[in-house]
Amino acid sequence: MSTVSNTNAGPAKGAVRVMTGNEACAEAAIAAGCRFYGGYPITPSSEIAEILSKLLPRVGGKFIQMEDEIGAMGAVIGASLAGAKALTATSGPGFSLKQENIGYACMAEVPCVIVNVMRGGPSTGLPTLPSQSDVMQARWGTHGDHPIIALCPRGVRETYDLTVRSFNLAETYRTPVILLLDEIIGHVNEKVFLPDRIRVVERVKPGADVTEYLPYQDTDTDVPPMASFGEGHRFHVTGLVHDETGFPTNNPEKIEHVLRRLNRKIDRYADRIIRVEEDRDENARVGVVAYGSTARSASYAVRLAREEGIPVSILSLLTIWPFPEEPIREMANRVSDIVVPEMNLGQLAHEVEWAACGKARVHKVNRIDGEPIHPQYVLDAIRAAARGK
Amino acid sequence: MSFRCEMRLSGEGGQGLVLAGKILAEAAAIYQGINATQSQSYGPEARGGASRSEIILSDEDIDFPKAVRLDLLLALTQEACDRYVCDLKPTGVLLVDSDAVKRVPEGPFKTYRAPVIRGARETIGREIVANIVAIGIITRIAEVIEEESVREAILTRVPKGTEEVNLKAFELGLSMADRLIAEEAGKPGAN
Amino acid sequence: MIDFEKYLRIKKFPLIWCAGCGNGIVLKGMLGAIDRIGLDKNKITVVSGIGCSSRATGYVDFNTLHTTHGRAIAFATGVKFANPDLTVLVVTGDGDATAIGGNHFIHAARRNIDITVILYNNWIYGMTGGQVSPTTPHGMRATTAPFGNPEGSFDISRLAIAAGASFVARGSVTSPVKLSQYIEKGIRKKGFALIEAFTPCPTAFGRQNKMGKALDNLEWIKERTIDVKKADALSPEELEDKLVTGILVDVEKSEYTDLYAKLVESVRDIPVDLHIPEREVVPASIAVAGGEEL
Repeated sequence: MSTVSNTNAGPAKGAVRVMTGNEACAEAAIAAGCRFYGGYPITPSSEIAEILSKLLPRVGGKFIQMEDEIGAMGAVIGASLAGAKALTATSGPGFSLKQENIGYACMAEVPCVIVNVMRGGPSTGLPTLPSQSDVMQARWGTHGDHPIIALCPRGVRETYDLTVRSFNLAETYRTPVILLLDEIIGHVNEKVFLPDRIRVVERVKPGADVTEYLPYQDTDTDVPPMASFGEGHRFHVTGLVHDETGFPTNNPEKIEHVLRRLNRKIDRYADRIIRVEEDRDENARVGVVAYGSTARSASYAVRLAREEGIPVSILSLLTIWPFPEEPIREMANRVSDIVVPEMNLGQLAHEVEWAACGKARVHKVNRIDGEPIHPQYVLDAIRAAARGK
Repeated sequence: MSFRCEMRLSGEGGQGLVLAGKILAEAAAIYQGINATQSQSYGPEARGGASRSEIILSDEDIDFPKAVRLDLLLALTQEACDRYVCDLKPTGVLLVDSDAVKRVPEGPFKTYRAPVIRGARETIGREIVANIVAIGIITRIAEVIEEESVREAILTRVPKGTEEVNLKAFELGLSMADRLIAEEAGKPGAN
Repeated sequence: MIDFEKYLRIKKFPLIWCAGCGNGIVLKGMLGAIDRIGLDKNKITVVSGIGCSSRATGYVDFNTLHTTHGRAIAFATGVKFANPDLTVLVVTGDGDATAIGGNHFIHAARRNIDITVILYNNWIYGMTGGQVSPTTPHGMRATTAPFGNPEGSFDISRLAIAAGASFVARGSVTSPVKLSQYIEKGIRKKGFALIEAFTPCPTAFGRQNKMGKALDNLEWIKERTIDVKKADALSPEELEDKLVTGILVDVEKSEYTDLYAKLVESVRDIPVDLHIPEREVVPASIAVAGGEEL
């Protein structure tokens, strides 16, 4: 071993930090303009609450530890309706409890961000160990047909960026956004260069004429402007299916209309919401699709495979909902085999299989014992696929 | 081939290994400009006694943030030593607490034995700084991170008011390492 | 004479409440209290859960939030904490607030956050057809207690007192003027206030318990209630089946949003070790149109 120094000429010292994903998430939330946190402590997400309990009061924000996970989600929605950018953080068991009011936020179109630092399940499961087993819960955890956005960072800096982006997407589309970390990302200390400049989105407000306000008005964008309580609009918000006025309706035409719009407002912007990163080898016959910390193991494995002379492409999914169907379909057209490593029993692999539509064979690499997916597992799967097995 | 160095600090919960890992990572990352990650495993293991903290250093982006093949293993308990020695590279370094680890595994790796915990307790008067003594030894024998960087990182990470005792612990570690290196050099067959 | 119409969304009438239901009287009491205090309609938020009483939010011309079952107080906590300038009222029922929402109820009282909860207690789940509630008296019938309620019941006001509420009053639609006065005092109180209002439900509660006529249900309420001043003279045995009405607690204590504001003030000068990047604000209208890469 030999001393290595200053090989990386990065920005000034002030922006260089060694921090965890949970720390990055908390700081990014403040940077994005989050001024309300309502939560309930749960491993391995509690550091986010602990940090924000210190930081929020110093930037004029509000922190409250609620009596339970359900109440925390309710408080976050209430705060958002009162005009605050609001956040909650949890892990699997708490995420289950929050689903009721996540559905409410979808239905009533209330922007907010829900961080889930995934741990092993089901039930109380593995409180301190990583997993990616809430991928489907993020999509379908709450009842009814609803749109959802879920982002999945691979590291600490990406957690910072995607936390900011979660708030931006929530405000842009008037919708809850789920940020899925896993225990590895939440707790790993990593060297990061924090950004000097970020883009922050503020929600669209209605015009000055308060009497004309329709809180769920049809607009060209499908995203209705949103007033805050106390600004004079005196509107009604409900989890019941409602019409443009916000009041409940049982009229089949109106029901169909609002539910279609609700789903369309995310579907039609899917291309903009979906973000993937591809490291493509044009000669590759094997592709890897991965997300979260597992994408890191996969990248390492891809590097080792290439060193062995196996051409491989890797597609990292930074957005997992809406599902990046197009990029996967394209990959399936170019390769014969797709390896999907996940710290679950193949929740997203089924979606990959569906998107690949028979054009490529899908191989699952799964681990559910609380240990990270070692690069060797992925490498073995790449080798086997390359041999045509 | 790029540079990647993997270290694991292992022992029991409460020995400050997570903090020690953070200090090493921060010393490398902030004060030396190389890439570093630090992660830990705790939970059921911590209750069972074993705790581990891992540091990966590299001049490139660190994709997989967990250890694959260790360049250095610190074991402050017999259990940790037995459990993790198999992850050590043949060219790696095993550093054990000489009181806690009586059965030192045989292997192609280089082995150093030092009374880390006793040194902290008897020389510094605070057993709690054994983690910083260990950092001192590691800094000198691994020669990856510069002494001055580690000192800076210690000063920013340890609780206010404990800087002096921690720096003393660090110096003790460095001097223990000097003795170990000298002994190694004095062995028959050494060049 | 109060112009109640100015507080109502008349377009949403008729009310869903049955003939003989007392909910309208409680609602009127709330509007009267708001009028007497002279609150700005724009600065009032009324939050409700699920149930007959919770439908009240649809009929009143304020900022109104009809939430999920039992969660009204949790949502209200978010609204009030995020914007303490708002007057926040919660309209809820016995099932909503003390069964599924019991946890939020006791913790809001403990926190003593400045929310006024107007709890319509009709001893039954009325909207869904008459299932047993946490306040259904032992032995009385409900669709899910067809042989009489085998369980005991909650004394909601005592629950709130024990949890730390700074104002607790119990009234009844049989004394609407007093009820409205209690609500007024509750709103004026800086802190968590509960006004428990007894209200008849002849349709779901009365019919199953041999008081299907509204008057019978009202009579039953009258028999069960006793004013706190009279109650003081009675023995515990004499009070066993009675529900004491009146102002049960009215104390001054530190309120949550005030305490938090003081906390914010006290930590303002502590330096924050936080990297705050330069922020470029993008209006969502531009973001949604794809004008900015997010």
